[in-house]
Amino acid sequence: MSQVPLSHILFVSTALFFIGMYGLFTRRNMITMLMSVELILNSVNINFVAFNKYLYPDKLEGVFFTLFIVAIAAAEAAVAIAIIINLYRNLRSIDVEAADEMKF
Amino acid sequence: MMSASAVVFYILSFFILVTGVLAVTSRKIFRSAIWLLFSLTGIAGLYFWLQMEFIAAVQIVVYVGGIVVLIIFSIFLTQQSGKDLPAPVRSRAIFSVLAVCAGFLFTCMLVGQYTFGAAGRPAAPGNVAGGVSVGNAVGDIRVGNGTGDMSVGNIGRQLLSTSEHGYVLPFEVISILLLAAVSLLQ
Repeated sequence: MSQVPLSHILFVSTALFFIGMYGLFTRRNMITMLMSVELILNSVNINFVAFNKYLYPDKLEGVFFTLFIVAIAAAEAAVAIAIIINLYRNLRSIDVEAADEMKF
Repeated sequence: MMSASAVVFYILSFFILVTGVLAVTSRKIFRSAIWLLFSLTGIAGLYFWLQMEFIAAVQIVVYVGGIVVLIIFSIFLTQQSGKDLPAPVRSRAIFSVLAVCAGFLFTCMLVGQYTFGAAGRPAAPGNVAGGVSVGNAVGDIRVGNGTGDMSVGNIGRQLLSTSEHGYVLPFEVISILLLAAVSLLQ
């Protein structure tokens, strides 16, 4: 583990973050956008764990932030999928362009 | 000459990035979910490589066992089978690639310029000394006392500790958030 510098792990997590951003920009399907959000949250988790391991190996703060982010991501996915399925029942579509009823 | 550990890291990160790209570009939504599954499993492998076994286990249980299964369920409930996703608009795809590449290069430049301290730690001597003394003052709980103990027992004790550097309040707030999310689904 010590042969790999911290910046290489940060490069990987940065690349994963921007892959998620690309998915969020190009996809119009709500489920695939949710998958992009999961990729972004995971890149943040990699950052927290790598900083904790490399810079403060005697502390546990990064582990706790990662656990809380995982818990919030689980809650967010559950709520988002409930919303998506309700939207599909009403509109027969889960395209973000179709959900424009409340648009001014 | 790269050691075996470094080779494992580069193979793992290549796997994560390639499956991540396939997850956001695949035309079939079910394949996209399966590529996401592979990417999340690769991230769990990265946590194992960092010797964070507990986080890796949480990653597999919550993401691979929970969220991806939920996503696949919702795909089966909302998609017509065998229908491809529409290709993104060409102008939007070009703009997205340009914006993502610009952001990636900018962030990599910033990360590459930053030096993380000569001893792998940013220069903050007062802060470090304070942390150690607080860790010793906790006494029985043994929080941050320089042993580098990342065992599950230590994580659990600090997570539920009510003393300084304990995380019991965020823990309870998260449990109420999860309860509210579950009760919303009724």
